[in-house]
Amino acid sequence: MAPSLAAIVSLPLIAAYLPVAAARKGRVFAAWTAAAVLASPLAIAAALGPHVLAGNVPEARWMWLPGAGLDLSLRLDGLALLFVVLILGIGLLIVLYAAYYLAEDDAIGRFFAYVLLFAGAMLGVVLADNALLLVVFWELTSLSSFLLIGFWNDRSDARRGARMALAITGAGGLCLLAGVLLAGHVAGTYELSQIVRRGAAIRESPLYVPILTLVLLGAFTKSAQVPFHFWLPQAMAAPTPVSAYLHSATMVKAGVFLLARFYPALSGTDAWFYTVTTVGAVTLVFAAGTALFQHDLKGLLAYSTISHLGLITLLFGLDTPLSAVAAVFHIINHALFKASLFMAAGIIDHETGSRDMRKLNGLWKYMPYTATLAMVAASSMAGVPLLNGFLSKEMFFSEALLLERGGWMEVAIPLAAGIGGMLGIAYSVRFAHDVFFNGEPVGLPRTPHEPPRWMKVPVEVLVAMCLLVGVAPVYTVRPLLDVAARATLGDGLPAYSLAIWHGFSLPLLMSMLATVGGIAIYFSLQRFYRLHEHVHSPLTAASAYDALLDGTIRFAAIVTRAVENGSLQRYVAWVVAAALALGVAPFVASGYAPGPTTTAATPVAVVGLLLLFAASAGTVVLHRERLAALVMSGVVGLVCVLFFAYFAAPDLALTQVAVEAVTIMLLLLALHYLPQRTPAESSVSRKLRDAALAVAAGGGVAALVYAVLTRPFESISDFYLENSVSQAGGRNVVNVILVDFRGFDTFGEIIVLAIAALGIHAVLAGFAGAGRDDDRAWAADRHPLMLRVLTSVLLPLMLLVSIYIFLRGHDRPGGGFIAGLVTGIALILLYAAHGVAWTASRLRVDYQRTIGIGVLVAGATGIASWWFGQPFLTSAFGHPHLPLLGEVPLASAMAFDLGVYLTVVGVVMLVLARLGELSAAPAANASAP
Amino acid sequence: MESVVAIGIGVLVASGVYLLLRARTFPVVLGLTLLSYATNLFIFVMGRLAAGAPPIVSTAASRYTDPLPQALVLTAIVIGFGMTAFCVVLAFRARAALGSDHVDGRTDGASTTSEAP
Repeated sequence: MAPSLAAIVSLPLIAAYLPVAAARKGRVFAAWTAAAVLASPLAIAAALGPHVLAGNVPEARWMWLPGAGLDLSLRLDGLALLFVVLILGIGLLIVLYAAYYLAEDDAIGRFFAYVLLFAGAMLGVVLADNALLLVVFWELTSLSSFLLIGFWNDRSDARRGARMALAITGAGGLCLLAGVLLAGHVAGTYELSQIVRRGAAIRESPLYVPILTLVLLGAFTKSAQVPFHFWLPQAMAAPTPVSAYLHSATMVKAGVFLLARFYPALSGTDAWFYTVTTVGAVTLVFAAGTALFQHDLKGLLAYSTISHLGLITLLFGLDTPLSAVAAVFHIINHALFKASLFMAAGIIDHETGSRDMRKLNGLWKYMPYTATLAMVAASSMAGVPLLNGFLSKEMFFSEALLLERGGWMEVAIPLAAGIGGMLGIAYSVRFAHDVFFNGEPVGLPRTPHEPPRWMKVPVEVLVAMCLLVGVAPVYTVRPLLDVAARATLGDGLPAYSLAIWHGFSLPLLMSMLATVGGIAIYFSLQRFYRLHEHVHSPLTAASAYDALLDGTIRFAAIVTRAVENGSLQRYVAWVVAAALALGVAPFVASGYAPGPTTTAATPVAVVGLLLLFAASAGTVVLHRERLAALVMSGVVGLVCVLFFAYFAAPDLALTQVAVEAVTIMLLLLALHYLPQRTPAESSVSRKLRDAALAVAAGGGVAALVYAVLTRPFESISDFYLENSVSQAGGRNVVNVILVDFRGFDTFGEIIVLAIAALGIHAVLAGFAGAGRDDDRAWAADRHPLMLRVLTSVLLPLMLLVSIYIFLRGHDRPGGGFIAGLVTGIALILLYAAHGVAWTASRLRVDYQRTIGIGVLVAGATGIASWWFGQPFLTSAFGHPHLPLLGEVPLASAMAFDLGVYLTVVGVVMLVLARLGELSAAPAANASAP
Repeated sequence: MESVVAIGIGVLVASGVYLLLRARTFPVVLGLTLLSYATNLFIFVMGRLAAGAPPIVSTAASRYTDPLPQALVLTAIVIGFGMTAFCVVLAFRARAALGSDHVDGRTDGASTTSEAP
């Protein structure tokens, strides 16, 4: 049972791609494929049908995200069965119809793929027992209908219609999500079958009104109720098969399906009655009136659809068991006659080239067969006896007349029902009379004729069903209607009669009056108002939507223009200002409370501060003389080195001094290509602004540092100090943290370094250099002899030192980072002494590869610990005694450190050597013998 | 001592921010370098100031400074080099592509008040 329920939903979704593949073998094959995909879940549903009709409810449940209350739970109750049959049955007819409707150059495979996606999403909506799952599928229907409506994506009206439908129904979907979350919160479960049982708790909750409002927003947007109706006429830009599918059995019916699903949980209150009834009644009358004045055939059907959805909504709002039965019944009937009418309209459009009722006249002579089918369907829409529309309309009238709520609603609702019915007949008569009679065609692009045989079949099937249900409801629709209505109501089914003849009664009288009135309205409009000469565009809501959208876009543009002027300089200022504001806020909120000073300033520190002050001020003041500023910033770096050394951080001092060396080299190389001076271009006001920002930032940081330093201190580092020797076999705790305790962080950091270096390599790829700036004198001797001689002595020495630093790193200051930097400096010295070409021909090292090997070595060390059943990067250690070197702290972490070393060497060399090559390229040619 | 350190870091931040807001790439890179110094010192002193107590375990030592900020700063220094290098390379490419080392890509000779096209 469970797999078959899952198959119903998943088959169309999974197989959605098949028609695209099949379309390569021809249109017919694609259509057959799509039909087969839809037929298989229908067959499953048919097999389960008797079971459901007998009163059983097949269920299936899989855990998905139990923490979020989101399970894959499906449930085939009567209401779901009804919709499954409608979705798949009419879907099959649509596929057949579309195979003839779509033009040769339309991507038919893509079309069927969208149809299958949409059908799958709809099936998910109706079968979902988990409310969150329902919302997921709900959003899928919005997305897939967007694709369907915008199928002719080269047409701007199709794109606009698709966007509008997505915006409105998507927004409604978000409301529904919020409503469902609240309802689930109140009910304590997201299973719909449980929520429905806890309806009383929901109705008594203080959250009831928000829940109701949000769920109704979801339903009303989807079902195109006033004032959200305007997306539906815009969606008529879709191919007619899409309109026939979306606006008869599926998309818009999802909204009323939602009303039916939540009916037992949310109905039974005044809030439900007044809101739902009013919205339904207004929609019923307004849309029926608007439909009458449409000249576009599909426009008339679109507004008629809105009107009928209003009728169904109104019936749910009336909140009596019988009205709910009538609502479910009308869902079926409307699906049958509206699908056939849309298809007939499509045939007329297809065979005449026009949908304009001012041109389409007297088609009876050209296509009598289609005309008959269309007129029977239109009669059903009007509610003519012996057709299905009549039965549900009679039930509606009777419920409206029997309303017992007291007050003005008892007058307003029957009045709305009467006017709606009358207008419904008027536009149905117009559909029949204006298209098939009323004179001769006016300037049609094509001579009308009957469509291909098989294009009529879907219409015939649907019209035949209208007749069958109308004549023998008890034997055709009653069993399905019974289970569907029972599932809607939750408990108990009222006694109701589907008899065609109830005797002379008030509803029948109302029906007759409406019929006479409707016919009179139409013909007097034709005669006295000259209907064809007036164009009404009742798009006030749509224009409000457009205005809102345009306003939003304009506002965004204004904000963008004001904020984003393309100046990075300004953005940086904003970033600094924002950081300042964020930093100041806590000071303001909780006060500034530094503690007492604990250590006195030593003379050394004061001298250091003065030096730092002079050097940074020098960097700022001299920043337009770039070389001088660079020297000054180097002094700042050296002060930092001294700072680290003074405050017991030998590793940092070593690292900083090495990085200082490579950074100065880097920036000197940079000056090779950049101008030597910065032009004076900042205005005084800008300088003042920047100075203010800078002083504020500096002052803020100083205040923060002072506050932190003078307050009590607790550290987690005791753990590292205590366990460094015993667990990691190293005495230099900083190095042990880097390669062992927090080795995973270090691994991430060398990867960052590697990425930065590769990024630099990529940015410089194919870059020949901009030519150096020749506004200053360059040394004539590019590679001084002294340097070359010195290098040949120094190089081995430096490499030896770097090995020594590397090896002792675990116990004393040193390690992979510092050793890597020292090696880098040594090699750079070689480049500087001998030139790039000379060095590159002797030192054939691919630095990208070095980086890669380094990262791999570090990673492999980590993975190696898996072999011993330990977590990533667990280290082992020992202290073997090596000849010459003495006792060496040997730990597996050293292999990791080797990876770090290789990466750092590779990064430094890749960056500096690559930049050096840029300068060497022209020079090498010049100095070649 | 705390105030000396605080003022020192504050001076570095102020100089760095001022240079960061300049219009040409090279001063911006210098500003970034100064800011990196400041940031590294800031993180480092979060472990407090303990002269003469390096975090190297030995029987003679009675106290140690906090090793954790040192480990954090060590990698930060090296990565800071990578960042500086990246900025420098971007500055090259920008100058080669735009013919100017102005951060907004403004060509030389254009007035400072006009917008870039």
